[in-house]
Amino acid sequence: MHWSDEALVLGARRHGESGVVLELMTREHGRHLGLVHGGRSHKLQPVLQPGNSVHATWRARLDEQLGTYTIEPATSRAARLMTSPLALYGIATLTALLRLLPERDPHPDLHAMAEALADHLDEPDLAGPLFVRFELALLTELGFGLDLASCAATGATRDLAFVSPKSGRAVSAAAGEPYRDRLLPLPGFLIGQPRGNRPSPQELDHGFALTGYFLDRSLYDPQGQHLPDERARFVALAIKQAE
Amino acid sequence: MSRSVAGPEIERLIQLMARLPGLGPRSARRAALHLIKKRETLLGPLSDAMRVAAERVVVCRSCGNVDTSDPCTICTDAKRDPSLIVVVEDVSDLWALERSGAVPGRYHVLGGVLSPLDGVRPEHLNIEGLVSRASEPGVGEIILALNATVDGQTTAHYVTERLSHLPLKITRLAHGVPVGGELDYLDEGTLSAAIRSRTAF
Repeated sequence: MHWSDEALVLGARRHGESGVVLELMTREHGRHLGLVHGGRSHKLQPVLQPGNSVHATWRARLDEQLGTYTIEPATSRAARLMTSPLALYGIATLTALLRLLPERDPHPDLHAMAEALADHLDEPDLAGPLFVRFELALLTELGFGLDLASCAATGATRDLAFVSPKSGRAVSAAAGEPYRDRLLPLPGFLIGQPRGNRPSPQELDHGFALTGYFLDRSLYDPQGQHLPDERARFVALAIKQAE
Repeated sequence: MSRSVAGPEIERLIQLMARLPGLGPRSARRAALHLIKKRETLLGPLSDAMRVAAERVVVCRSCGNVDTSDPCTICTDAKRDPSLIVVVEDVSDLWALERSGAVPGRYHVLGGVLSPLDGVRPEHLNIEGLVSRASEPGVGEIILALNATVDGQTTAHYVTERLSHLPLKITRLAHGVPVGGELDYLDEGTLSAAIRSRTAF
């Protein structure tokens, strides 16, 4: 068995004295692990940092085996990300969220979004809004997508202002007003606000609160886990830098 | 299945030595045989040294270094600058910096770095001890000598946040071209870091 694919490095765990078990988010093969002989060498260690993109070739005798990777660097982002705390907490959160995906289950769209997000994690204007959109896409890919196209009560497609925490569907401002303390605010940048417009810190806060609520309720809480600590630090910095 | 070529005592010695870094079963067998051949000059003194080390080695309650006294030799060295604390991930990093002879101050060993993959969280590291030491009067600078990896630098930023309320100068090691390094062989990330951190010549 063997294949080659593009991938984002999620992390590497030591294996023996010189090897590592590498975790990649590949384009066609999903989140996939494999052994890298000599992965702790001076040559490979900088390449196998989370956030870098690589060309990976995986080989194994049987499909169900861990297999071994041969790695070639494609895009080195780690050194740039290291200069920004926002980017570092962002990459830690991004890799933690991608670990929610089952192994070897292809999610090419999510891979593309993760690559784009990794490219912009050190840009305060883009990192926050892109991250909220990535979390929405992750929820959708895992079967817990939100329906933000029309109002759950009236069917209206305009003036949407809330999200129902029960159904995950949008609610218009008029229909939601009597229940506003029980609904989650829906920030404008998620529903048609022109792309050039920068979301306000409050909108960003609402965006992260929205995705955080559903990530916790649908994915983390059922497993007895909490949202990663790094996410809270990333959100705090993203909101602070949006001010 | 391979048969034992020696008694259980020697087999046990070989098994234990094979668990040391850098030694596999074959090299452990060779090393054990070498020790046995040099019984008087090597095996005896080595076993005595190991017994003494096992009895006396303690972790310094102040900095996390390993030594035979608590506080350790470095913490009690009056010649060291008490205003400077160098934060390292592990004792091996402390020893590496000591070999360089470039650190006039004292150290603080965190005992690891934050790692979501391995489940290492701030409470698993000796960060509270660092905040407590950094709050002592007379401390003026903290050097974050952590690895230039994503996990190492995430930890460095987290430590910086935790110390931000204190009137301290917080610095980190430079990133760039190593001595003897050829530009052609360096990864793009290191080269960009080197260009960004360039100094007047």
